Amino acid sequence: MVDLLVIGGGNAALCAALTAREAGATVMVLEAAPKLWRGGNSAHTRNLRCMHEAPQDVLVDAYPEEEFWQDLLKVTGGLTNERLARLVIRDSSVCRPWMRSHGVHFQPSLSGALHTARTNAFFMGGGKALINAYYRSAERLGIQIRYESPVDRLELDNGHFVAAYVGTERITARSCVLAAGGFESNRDWLREAWGVNERGESPSDNFLIRGTRFNQGVLLRHLLQDHGADAIGDPTQAHMVAIDARAPLYDGGICTRIDCVSLGVVVNREARRFYDEGEDFWPKRYAIWGRLVAQQPGQIGYSIIDAKAIGRFMPPVFPGVKANTLPDLAQQLGLDIPTFMQTLNDYNQACRPGTFDHTALDDCHTEGVSPAKTHWARPIDTAPFYAYALRPGVTFTYLGLKTDETAAVHFGGRPSGNLFVAGEMMAGNVLGKGYTAGVGMSIGTTFGRIAGREAARSLQLQEAAHGRA
Amino acid sequence: MAALDALVNDARALAAGEVVPGPEAEVARQLAICNACRYCEGFCAVFPAMTRRLEFPLADVHYLANLCHNCGACLHACQYAPPHEFAVNVPKAMAEVRRETYTSYAWPQPLGALYKRNGLAVSLALAAGLSLFLVLALAFNGTLWGGDLQGDFYRLFPHNFLVAMFLPVFAWAVLALGLGVTRFLRDVGPATSAQSATPGDLSGAAHNVLTLKYLDGGHGDGCHNEDDAYTQSRRRAHHLTFYGFLLCFAATSLGTVYHYVFGWVAPYDLPSLPKVLGAVGGVSLLLGTAGLFRLKWRRHPLHGDAAQAPMDYGFIALLFLTSLTGLLLWWLRGTDALALMLALHLGVVMALFATLPYGKFAHGVFRSAALLRYAVERRQPNPIGIGDD
Repeated sequence: MVDLLVIGGGNAALCAALTAREAGATVMVLEAAPKLWRGGNSAHTRNLRCMHEAPQDVLVDAYPEEEFWQDLLKVTGGLTNERLARLVIRDSSVCRPWMRSHGVHFQPSLSGALHTARTNAFFMGGGKALINAYYRSAERLGIQIRYESPVDRLELDNGHFVAAYVGTERITARSCVLAAGGFESNRDWLREAWGVNERGESPSDNFLIRGTRFNQGVLLRHLLQDHGADAIGDPTQAHMVAIDARAPLYDGGICTRIDCVSLGVVVNREARRFYDEGEDFWPKRYAIWGRLVAQQPGQIGYSIIDAKAIGRFMPPVFPGVKANTLPDLAQQLGLDIPTFMQTLNDYNQACRPGTFDHTALDDCHTEGVSPAKTHWARPIDTAPFYAYALRPGVTFTYLGLKTDETAAVHFGGRPSGNLFVAGEMMAGNVLGKGYTAGVGMSIGTTFGRIAGREAARSLQLQEAAHGRA
Repeated sequence: MAALDALVNDARALAAGEVVPGPEAEVARQLAICNACRYCEGFCAVFPAMTRRLEFPLADVHYLANLCHNCGACLHACQYAPPHEFAVNVPKAMAEVRRETYTSYAWPQPLGALYKRNGLAVSLALAAGLSLFLVLALAFNGTLWGGDLQGDFYRLFPHNFLVAMFLPVFAWAVLALGLGVTRFLRDVGPATSAQSATPGDLSGAAHNVLTLKYLDGGHGDGCHNEDDAYTQSRRRAHHLTFYGFLLCFAATSLGTVYHYVFGWVAPYDLPSLPKVLGAVGGVSLLLGTAGLFRLKWRRHPLHGDAAQAPMDYGFIALLFLTSLTGLLLWWLRGTDALALMLALHLGVVMALFATLPYGKFAHGVFRSAALLRYAVERRQPNPIGIGDD
């Protein structure tokens, strides 16, 4: 029997496994995916949001605790747990030497992402390179790794972990860390959570999943329903962005993003605008656009730009719909041409002259049109015109297991002595809603390490108790 | 919605690789995905060069393909690598284009087709054929075995005969590769800012060539061979091979100088400079090529283009045999086997030089040219003004 069973195979799971192994525990990792798909959503990530008081290798200037906290408070609208959030923030300033010791390499911000040069440390090669490094380190340290081993239920004794079942196989261990992700890949659960809207649509049927297909939420549901574990978060809350409608159903990852929203206008299926496209810098706003599009009829939007925008945004993975006139563009998109022209003409006429500067909150704005566009508003008048269809893209869901600073799973308010949780399965404790780039990996790394440490400590406590008995 | 569905289908077909007319189009398809991701920017020169472009016309693709060192880093780090439906495998796509580069820029052009046939068997057969020819010549002459040569192989093949035999082959190799790479630069130059190289560019590129900078993984831990772990072994084996080859070449060149300028006639013995250079170079070349062979044999199956493996093995084998027969010749010089060893060595060296312009050797030449253009290009401001908000 191993000391620790880690269920899941992404960043948080491996942080827990490595930490516990370093503390002397014997560890087995059960990854649901085959080896080629290992790592869950972590394989799609690219950076870690890091607090730092002074320039730190790849990070410039400073990003103090208070600023990080205020950023988190703002995006979550207060739906966070300050104690746990500050734990993550502080750990993010000290975890990187440990990550390096397991083979992770960092690099300065990527081109097109220089706005994060101060706040985010990028993994060289992205999350899959990080995951590969952790797996290599795990193998070197003698951690047992089993792929294609999805756990479908746990055997608990009054909140105490006894065994996990992979199909009919019963695997016992002295402690367990759950780090098996959210439930975003489970279409049925999404449908249940999102229900039917006032138009009679089931909105989630039009959602695309940006990450792994293996986050089915099987254990999450099992813990919540069958074992009465304490829950946190709203099942409709998630990291959700507007992505290219042509993205694959799963694993589209970063390249399906559409970065030209703030350079043009976005219309819905009825050819009408519905939100201020120039509210703030795109990286600060992209995470709200998934929900905005989800609320539109048919859960679709169309980002419309003209030739002036070309070369000013990250190139999209698929070519846009191109036309030499706006009516032609509307026709190609299957939109009602008179309404589309009305929307575009109203917008174009409302644009006030200003000095366009995409790198600042400039003074190009509209007057007398609703919704307003408050920055980077320039008439869409220069052929050729381009359109990109947008769909909501779910990265991960926030419904999770309630926990505390020991990462323990709670039952009726009482912490388990040997069952812990990390990563997306508990990120909702810190992220009630909203998102800020890289914080998911900060949460996963911090709570993965805490869970590993606490699991190792639970072994000593169990041994001490055993010794006394 | 019909339009959208059509778009979705087109994109899926494109992503699934159903409409890929050629290696260059495949690179362009993959780079459109890479350019929207950019996670690999830190590994090498290819991705920073890619971010200076929104589209990938032919010349750009050939330039980028030759910048690629096939280190494997971007494949192992790729979230879109097979079995993902985007099927991104940049090292493989680039390798397939490189063969097109060598073929289409070869001089004279019709001989470019040789790249596709220049395999291990051809190399060995050529070496064996040439050796046999020399062996037979010596045999008919009655000088193949024994005889009182006192280690002086000019009694077998006079110096001028050797020069007359090797100089044209060597000159042809230099001419063919020189004209080939000139034609390559004529197309790639305009695609890489059209500015001319400064001395700084030349020294920067030379540094990157001579240190194999882009096999260091960007972090210094090295590149990949059989799996996702980093290793310096490929860099080291290349260095042993390359510098070993250079030392042998220097030994020969110095011997030529000794012969014509000073009238000092071979064979040279230790501790003469040509001998020291040749001995160290020969051993280095032997170790390097043995290492390259072993690494190549164990290489991850998704790296590069499997169709070109015979060409790689052919070049490795000729380099290995060149050093092996050279060292054996030195060792057996005082014995009856001198003439036989000399014939073998000369046959192998001749085969090496004959296949030089239409084989794996080209990778060093075209990659150096691409690195030079990269040094020039990176000095220019990025033409793509992505708002870095």
